[in-house]
Amino acid sequence: MKDGMTFSRRAFLFGSAAVAGGVAFGPAVFAQDMAPPLPQGAAPPAATINPWVVIGPERITVVTPHADVGQGVASVQAALIAEELDIDLDQPDVSFGPPDPAYANTGLAGEFVPFEAYDLSPEAEAARKQAADWIASQGMQMTGGSSTVPDSYDKLRLAGAVARETVKAAAAKRSGMAVADLTTEAGQVVLPDGTRIPYTELAAEAAAIPPVENVALRDPSEWRILGKPMQRVDVEAKATGAMKFGLDLTLDGMVYAALRVNPYKGAGLNGYDAAEALAMPGVSSVVEVTNGIAVIASNSWYAMRAAEAVKCDWAQGDYPPDQSEHWAVMEASFADEHREKIWRDEGDVDTALAGDGVIEAEYRAPYLAHQPLEPLSALVLVTDEGAEIWVGHQIPNAVQGMVAQITGHPVEKVVFHNLYSGGSFGHRLEFENIRPAAEVANKMRGTPVKLIFSREEDFLQDFPRQLSMARLRGVAREGTIEAAEFLISSTPVMASQMGRLGMPVEGPDAQTPMGVRPMSYGIPNLRVSTYAATGLSPVSSWRSVGASTGGFFSESFIDELIHAAGLDPLQARIDMCKIDYHRKVIEAAGEMCGWQGPLGDGKGRGVAFVESFGVPVCEVVEVTATENGIRLDNVWVAADVGPVLDPVNFQNLVQGGVVWALGHAMNCELTYAGGQVQQTNYQAHEGMRIHQCPAIEVRGLANGPKIRGIGEPPVPPAAPALANAIFAATGQRIREMPFNRFIDFV
Amino acid sequence: MIELSVNGETRQVDVEPDMPLLWVLRDELGITGPKYGCGVAQCGACTVHVDGMAVRACQARIGDLAGAEVLTIEGLGAGTLHAVQQAWIDHQVPQCGYCQTGQIMQAAALLDMNPAPTDEDINKTMAGNLCRCGTYVRIREAIHAAAAKMAEN
Repeated sequence: MKDGMTFSRRAFLFGSAAVAGGVAFGPAVFAQDMAPPLPQGAAPPAATINPWVVIGPERITVVTPHADVGQGVASVQAALIAEELDIDLDQPDVSFGPPDPAYANTGLAGEFVPFEAYDLSPEAEAARKQAADWIASQGMQMTGGSSTVPDSYDKLRLAGAVARETVKAAAAKRSGMAVADLTTEAGQVVLPDGTRIPYTELAAEAAAIPPVENVALRDPSEWRILGKPMQRVDVEAKATGAMKFGLDLTLDGMVYAALRVNPYKGAGLNGYDAAEALAMPGVSSVVEVTNGIAVIASNSWYAMRAAEAVKCDWAQGDYPPDQSEHWAVMEASFADEHREKIWRDEGDVDTALAGDGVIEAEYRAPYLAHQPLEPLSALVLVTDEGAEIWVGHQIPNAVQGMVAQITGHPVEKVVFHNLYSGGSFGHRLEFENIRPAAEVANKMRGTPVKLIFSREEDFLQDFPRQLSMARLRGVAREGTIEAAEFLISSTPVMASQMGRLGMPVEGPDAQTPMGVRPMSYGIPNLRVSTYAATGLSPVSSWRSVGASTGGFFSESFIDELIHAAGLDPLQARIDMCKIDYHRKVIEAAGEMCGWQGPLGDGKGRGVAFVESFGVPVCEVVEVTATENGIRLDNVWVAADVGPVLDPVNFQNLVQGGVVWALGHAMNCELTYAGGQVQQTNYQAHEGMRIHQCPAIEVRGLANGPKIRGIGEPPVPPAAPALANAIFAATGQRIREMPFNRFIDFV
Repeated sequence: MIELSVNGETRQVDVEPDMPLLWVLRDELGITGPKYGCGVAQCGACTVHVDGMAVRACQARIGDLAGAEVLTIEGLGAGTLHAVQQAWIDHQVPQCGYCQTGQIMQAAALLDMNPAPTDEDINKTMAGNLCRCGTYVRIREAIHAAAAKMAEN
């Protein structure tokens, strides 16, 4: 086995026996009957060679436990397995599998330790190893933090290689040939005389021998699939309408449930009057759920229309009702008693800032909604024997645990089916659909219940991105930035989110300094401090989390200091950057756009560089100031994730991340009034539409020390690059999102 | 009882006349290609063709559709892939994919009326179709590719 392989040997030791029909994967649920993930009708025996590969007599199934919320990870996980298993990408069934500790995401370890991603010191690496071991011991299966590829890169290739060698060993036993004389191709073992034995024919024999453990991974130069343009496994179904999302599923005898929950988040229901709703067509009943009600009907529309007609008397919640009070709490949080940590304190910042010429600025970032286009839903069936739930979610065992708790059934009697989701951006790390769906289904045992959120209800229940603010000071002299102080305050995301998960976190919020703390510029006097603004709205991870606000603050203010120093925005960043593979990303973006300083004619280019989730990303945005407002013309993006496994999807995700970031920075905010958000559909919070979308050119670099994921890192540099471009084009410095409060866009 | 044609088949439904076509298709007829995204014609995920025109199914009252001919993504290619669908696959447009059936129906309607749209034409016609994943660059590319393919045939 390759050096440094950290995952549990146990994962390979459980599954070498023939298993009964309707088999489940993974040690904990090995004997449990389930419909998926084995294809319906597949007959035993099948060889469950490890938690990721099942070879049955009819079909090969690969298990891709990281949830696919649109970022394409089902495909990249399948490709990692297929590469070493020697099957084609369109050959296997692809299953998300059940919740299982074997699928613990040790790729999250880097986010759990207070070391910069570029710090590869023995101390930092030891801390990461310790964090990974802890994650494995907890069986923490969670998709997030752009960690699917880092988690899967070795594990899944190894899973494929082990399965391949095991099948070869079975073929050797049958044929009497030496394993060394056998080759594999497209799901078949090839004997020296050219005879081909499909893996599926060898299923029973492979199940009867111990898995071959001593395998080597192929050199990337030998890859057939990885690193080359491939067709995502879900693309065709998504272009034909065949893909079944959670909202599309039905079961015989199913009813529809539409929700009304107190929009003052966390507060209760004093009382309600459902008389009018109950008299409406298609409505059968009204059921109480935590902090609200659900209307049961024979059609989604009947249910949603009737839910609106229920008169609810809501209790008042704990956080301030109105947005101005949220900002007042935020402003007051810049005080010693609210300071969480001084993360960096280099040189002598106080002396440097005591003299003349100090530049001061204040930056703000609003609450934002996730609002993926598929609204939240969940399909649940509870009986007296157990429960079954179909829902796209990023923390499977937490869903299972919540349903178990609500129904009183033991966890092993709760079957969870993960699904392709119509987007997440962090939304499907929460449980606002799971809880009421399980509550309703538990009250209607024997009847399948599909709980649906109207778009309005989804907006109202969405835990927003952190509210954040920065107070910044710096000193620039001709040709140099001498000092910079970054004071950042946020509503702490991790405490809020992990608290809801029942895993309270202690200490300073790890996300508040992101986008600022990793700064790899050599500024002689540098301080980064964070504060906590508490008692405000509950908040949640929003694509790129802390870096989505911190990156805006740091790279906009650095740009102010660069201009004050009379320097070129791109060249100054290159000159200041102390990490080689970071600097190469900035240089690449400059080369891609043919950077040559100011453009004139109302055109402006802005550059920003942010490292998040270990990925350095540099973006250049080009705008034109027209009579009708700012027009976005071009964006160039250079990012270093190491080897790019799925180049088409890589480009698509980067483009999407840029659109996500720009659209929200330009056009969106959530504001509270009377305890509830005022924006409840897309006309008030739409992100970006196609007419605002610039051309976006993407380049991947591979100079960094570790392989990384690309879901989130393109987001943080986009907003500051745009703000810096607007400054270059117009001279107007925008220090608060959304930008359309200060300038018009075409 | 209201009778209409859906993807070439005559269907009868017995629902409130105010029910939007979207929910008739999805919950009464089991046709789930048209998606619910906003319910107020802000996202375009429910886009279908009614008598040849792209419409938001969430805004079309079933009571107004007696005798109408409705085409959904399921019937677009008539048993094969429509050029727009093929372009969507070739250019790997979808990420989450939830908006894409509506995008494809809108794009197909655009090409019916304008076989060689410019970027500006695409921006105007597709601006009502929201994609939260941000696949717009590829949507433009795929529409141009489909237009070129349809011009060949």
